Amino acid sequence: MKATLAIQRGVPGETPRLESFEVAFEHGQSVLDGLRALRLVADPSLAFRFSCINANACKECMMLIDGKVDYACTVRLKEGVTALAPLPKKALIRDLVTEIAPPDERLWPRA
Amino acid sequence: MTAAANNDAMAPTHIETDVLVIGAGGAGMYAALEAAKAGASVVLADRSLIGRGGATVMAQMTVAAALGEQTPDHWEYHLSDTLAAGRGLCDERMAALLCEDGPRRLREMDGWKVGWAREDGHIKQAQAPGHDRPRCAYVDFLSTGPAVSRTLRTQLNNANGIRRIGDLMIVDIALRNGEACGATALHLTTGQAVTLAAKAVVIATGGLTGLYRRNSASSNMGGDGYALALRAGAELIDMEFVQFFPIGHLAPRLVGMDPIMWDPFRYKLGGKLLNAEMREFEQDYATQDTRSDGRYVLTRDLATYAITREVEAGRGSPAGGAYLSFQHLPEADIRSAFGPVVDRLAANGIDLAKHPVEVAPIAHYHMGGVRADETLQTRVPGLYVSGEAVGGANGANRLSGNAITEALVFGAHAGRNAAQRALQSSSTKWQPQAAGPTLDLLRSAHKRDVPNLAAVVAELKGLMADLVGPFRTEPKLRSAIKAIERLKAEIGEVPVSSAAVFDPVLVDWLDLRNMLLVAQSVTVPALARTESRGAHQREDYPGLDESWGVNQIVALSNGKIELSRSAPVTGRAAA
Ligand SMILES: Cc1cc2nc3c(=O)[nH]c(=O)nc-3n(C[C@H](O)[C@H](O)[C@H](O)COP(=O)(O)OP(=O)(O)OC[C@H]3O[C@@H](n4cnc5c(N)ncnc54)[C@H](O)[C@@H]3O)c2cc1C
Ligand code: FES
Repeated sequence: MKATLAIQRGVPGETPRLESFEVAFEHGQSVLDGLRALRLVADPSLAFRFSCINANACKECMMLIDGKVDYACTVRLKEGVTALAPLPKKALIRDLVTEIAPPDERLWPRA
Repeated sequence: MTAAANNDAMAPTHIETDVLVIGAGGAGMYAALEAAKAGASVVLADRSLIGRGGATVMAQMTVAAALGEQTPDHWEYHLSDTLAAGRGLCDERMAALLCEDGPRRLREMDGWKVGWAREDGHIKQAQAPGHDRPRCAYVDFLSTGPAVSRTLRTQLNNANGIRRIGDLMIVDIALRNGEACGATALHLTTGQAVTLAAKAVVIATGGLTGLYRRNSASSNMGGDGYALALRAGAELIDMEFVQFFPIGHLAPRLVGMDPIMWDPFRYKLGGKLLNAEMREFEQDYATQDTRSDGRYVLTRDLATYAITREVEAGRGSPAGGAYLSFQHLPEADIRSAFGPVVDRLAANGIDLAKHPVEVAPIAHYHMGGVRADETLQTRVPGLYVSGEAVGGANGANRLSGNAITEALVFGAHAGRNAAQRALQSSSTKWQPQAAGPTLDLLRSAHKRDVPNLAAVVAELKGLMADLVGPFRTEPKLRSAIKAIERLKAEIGEVPVSSAAVFDPVLVDWLDLRNMLLVAQSVTVPALARTESRGAHQREDYPGLDESWGVNQIVALSNGKIELSRSAPVTGRAAA
């Protein structure tokens, strides 16, 4: 099976660009599995957050998936296009990464 | 970001503190709390988010301590079990500290409302293999790690004097005259270098199972702390002992669950291991086993062996493991034992009453680690270590439930001792030159044409699994050492970058710098140890050899791995 990930990329101050990647997958694999596979075969510079991969415990992989806020590690890949974008209400860092740490856990607390 | 910081992007941000704690898992958070309680100012840094990046938040099972709530118990009984599992290699001081102080930490956590499961008014303690009695506390259902993390995060929120900084990857320990005086870091979200001056530094970076293809690790568990310690001049101990968990989840793809979750299912319900012919095979290997407990036919190492052998003989399941089946059980039994977890499985399309799942051995925990004295100070003055990053307490094998206890106990102990040292030294030992070499390294990062580093990481994990996995031979280990050298040459000495902020390519390069060094630190002593003991199994040297009742010590000398031997430490530390 093949999934197409249409990913909103870029840094703040830049017009976001949409890049599409095709990735092979097996039934049950997560969007995070797809993103990790993309880094291996297509573009290692693609930025997204994750730590725990399987356990859905770290809560770092939140992003906008087909317009809905969700965890990349629990949403399944599907055939056809899946749209990925950074969280809309958090400050953008780069690509799918936003500033999600509580303010008092940042290097620059007043940012 | 402040304007001043923006104006001078090349000048590193500088932070001063009494105690720097690297890594905010169970060990790091506890260290920070205890250091602050002792009156020290603390910076708690994590390359991920605070309390989320490592193993602690993922753990779903149990925490062992001689609380004596379920049955009368004494920490000395816990110690005997721990030493027996360690097959003669435990540092008895460390093991005693773990066992004696464990109950104190679990009760403190209880007071902080972690929510240990209770029964008839007492904390419920389950029996786990290797323990002589029910000793393992937990939080229902399969929520131990998240509960421990949440509780410690709440304590951090309420504490004074602790500055928490996430997205801060520590790259090197800073040294002055051979003493630790702080660290140099990369702030991921700004791409800036950060220098940290500290009178004492605690490494609490967790384990190294991210070195293996199949693992239970998070993305931050490539073994940074071992590399930080080695480069700073500290020693590592027992690095050849990597614990594999035999029935890690393999297929179908299961998301939202810790891959070692089948263990509690087997405790409570049994469960049959089947090969591709749908035949139970554990009995074929059980004759070798003298410690069978009836229900669990094989110990962890034998089950790992049995599954690996079946796969090699062409009798593996489609994904390359074994089937684990609960089909012989009535659906109602499965539901009454695991309630909400059954629904989570259903969301993954798994119905245990109808279909088996596939399981395989996965790298799960590291017994080895940074060598320290009973104050948890390494041989580098001012450099402490805690949690899974410490070597010695568990020797050649770890009892289940000991790892979280170890994180809490060693965290508290290291934090307190680091604070004491910091408060006794009048002035900081920091000088900017201490960060010089690492700042130069970070500044030299640039875009260049190299192999895809994410693929190199994957290649390293594959070769570690195939050549330095649970069953080892001299030819395999020798080819691993060669392959690691080749990958070192491939990535070179200058970091690669791809973007100004949150650059995963630069992180891969820095990870590989550590992972390749740590992979060597596992492989070299594994080759030298010509016997089989605990988690280190040599197919060419089966059986335990009494003369190998020694710890192997790894150090770095002029950039080269140096191996030596040392008799295990006996005697006890006062908790
Ligand atoms: C899935 C799973 C289940 C487990 N279940 C159990 C169980 O039921 N019972 C039990 O006793 N044990 C269990 N273990 C083992 C136990 O969870 C760990 O040994 C223990 O939690 C380790 O705690 P720690 O604080 O030492 O490290 P961790 O919790 O791993 O924390 C280390 C932290 O250091 C950070 N870090 C790493 N490198 C750097 C760096 N360079 N700069 C800054 N920060 C860094 C990481 O991001 C991470 O947050 C389990 C482990 C796993 C993986
Ligand atoms: S990767 Fe941890 S919750 Fe998604």
